[in-house]
Amino acid sequence: MHKLYMELIRMRFLTMLAYRVNYYSGIIIYAINIGAYYFLWGAIYGGQQQLGGLSVEQMTSYVAIAWMSRAFYFNNIDTEIAQDVREGKVAIEMIRPYNYLSVKTAQAFGEGIFRFLFFAGPGIFLISLIIPFHFPATATGWGLYLISLMFAFLINTQINLLTGLFTFFLFRNDGMMRAKRVVVDLMSGLVLPISFFPGWAQTVMGFLPFQAVNYYPSLIFTGAITPGRSWELIGFQAIWMVVILVPILILWRMARNRLVVQGG
Amino acid sequence: MIQVKNLQKEFRIHQARAGLGGAFRDLFSREYKTVKAVNDLSFTVEEGEMFALIGENGAGKSTTIKMLTGILTPSEGEIVINGYVPFKQREEYVRSIGVVFGQRSQLWWDLSPMESFRLLKSVYKVDGTEGDKWLDRLIEELEINSFVSQPVRKLSLGQRMRCEVAASLIHKPRLLFLDEPTVGLDVLVKQKIREFLRNLNETENMTILLTTHDVSDIEALCKRVLVMDKGKLIFDGLLSDLKEKWGNGTEVSFQMKKRTPADELRKTLGEMPCEISQVNEYTISVKVPQSQEMLPFVLSTVMSTFEVSDVKIMETSTEDIVRNIYQVDTGVRGHA
Repeated sequence: MHKLYMELIRMRFLTMLAYRVNYYSGIIIYAINIGAYYFLWGAIYGGQQQLGGLSVEQMTSYVAIAWMSRAFYFNNIDTEIAQDVREGKVAIEMIRPYNYLSVKTAQAFGEGIFRFLFFAGPGIFLISLIIPFHFPATATGWGLYLISLMFAFLINTQINLLTGLFTFFLFRNDGMMRAKRVVVDLMSGLVLPISFFPGWAQTVMGFLPFQAVNYYPSLIFTGAITPGRSWELIGFQAIWMVVILVPILILWRMARNRLVVQGG
Repeated sequence: MIQVKNLQKEFRIHQARAGLGGAFRDLFSREYKTVKAVNDLSFTVEEGEMFALIGENGAGKSTTIKMLTGILTPSEGEIVINGYVPFKQREEYVRSIGVVFGQRSQLWWDLSPMESFRLLKSVYKVDGTEGDKWLDRLIEELEINSFVSQPVRKLSLGQRMRCEVAASLIHKPRLLFLDEPTVGLDVLVKQKIREFLRNLNETENMTILLTTHDVSDIEALCKRVLVMDKGKLIFDGLLSDLKEKWGNGTEVSFQMKKRTPADELRKTLGEMPCEISQVNEYTISVKVPQSQEMLPFVLSTVMSTFEVSDVKIMETSTEDIVRNIYQVDTGVRGHA
């Protein structure tokens, strides 16, 4: 089983490499995104030393790292599932002796590693030449970040699986997936750190899984919180992972029974 | 090997109301119609059989195949294949079967077939020299060696189809399903695939089920035929029986050396119950209802009486037979 997943990750890697132009433009897009946010935040800070508890330097790192984390956790498996369902490709997936959802997760993981190494890596390198950027000083800092990032990937993938699974019932849910993407980007703290939101909004978001996707790992990376608090956040992530697993399993079971293969 | 009993599949289909007003009403309450795609289907298949499932579009063939392969859950009825219940023990069951869908690819579009084979090998946990040997044999017999390392998107349909067949067989399944495997292929590729399948059936005793529109597929491969119509099984038996029962005989067209009117031929054949029609001045066609007894007689009589330059024998195609079955609605009966 282990070998299968390694092979799937490798395949996705190769697929990503198959289109080289996509790959090169991907790096540039990441660099541009990070750069744009850097200058935007520079303008917002003006001459001020601190905003929402973060210094300019921390903010810069936050923006860069938020995008770097996104490179890893972001994937399109919900649109892939939707496409599989719409075009009837699920039929092929169902004749394979594996669990469809685990396979999708493995593929997403392959994509994540690819982007992390080849998009975010060079992107961050390019950026660090131009703007001041702080990496975690200690191995513990890196370790905590990577653990938290792994959970971020799992939670985001689960959210995608969930929205993807809705296609089995609705057949077309592009709107839902697009809305989900905006919601995740906004509420996960990619666009704006959670501490910048008004108090009531922060309370509401405390009950939602989205900040576990980006805000937690990015916060850990910037070194703005203690290791103890970091472990606490990772704990929250683990809880969210288990919680979201429940509706996925229920929906999957229902989807299997009412699967309709479209077209022939 | 395959046991199917009283199999049923119902779909709920949303009935859209007409017009803009209807569309608004559809937003709040929808009307559904229940359609029985497969209705009370029962049959058994022994190991090593090669058989075809035919029927018009929408007869329920594909739905049946999808239930047999564990993709769809039946509404009612039982299926046991290779000792498994497909939709319940899906993951274990699908290890013992191979499936080719003519209209959908199971290869990775951007990668070479070889990469796909590699992945499928680890999907099915095929390792060791035996697995390699088997793959080599597949590659050799399907003659895909020269393009197996090119990206799938650069292959022609015929090349891709042969790779699809190889992909479905990587794990040496005991049972192979082919859903319209030869759609859109040229004669040469069709022949190659058929030959390969026949060989597989003989050497490995592999059970092969195919659905097809192509009559020549069935004639080349299958002895046994199942005919479906509107979700029901209307015939289960040998291809020759099917022809005997539903075929409208054989048509023979004689090309004469001299101008010959149809009446002359009629005289020669006497009271023979056959249809004679003039195609043109030199060509006359004769329709014989039961080919086995009457065809030799007609041929020898005509050939000895007239100077014939060419003879064409056109057997009723299975398509015609199927059409006949549909038309003679009253004649539809339960099969044995």
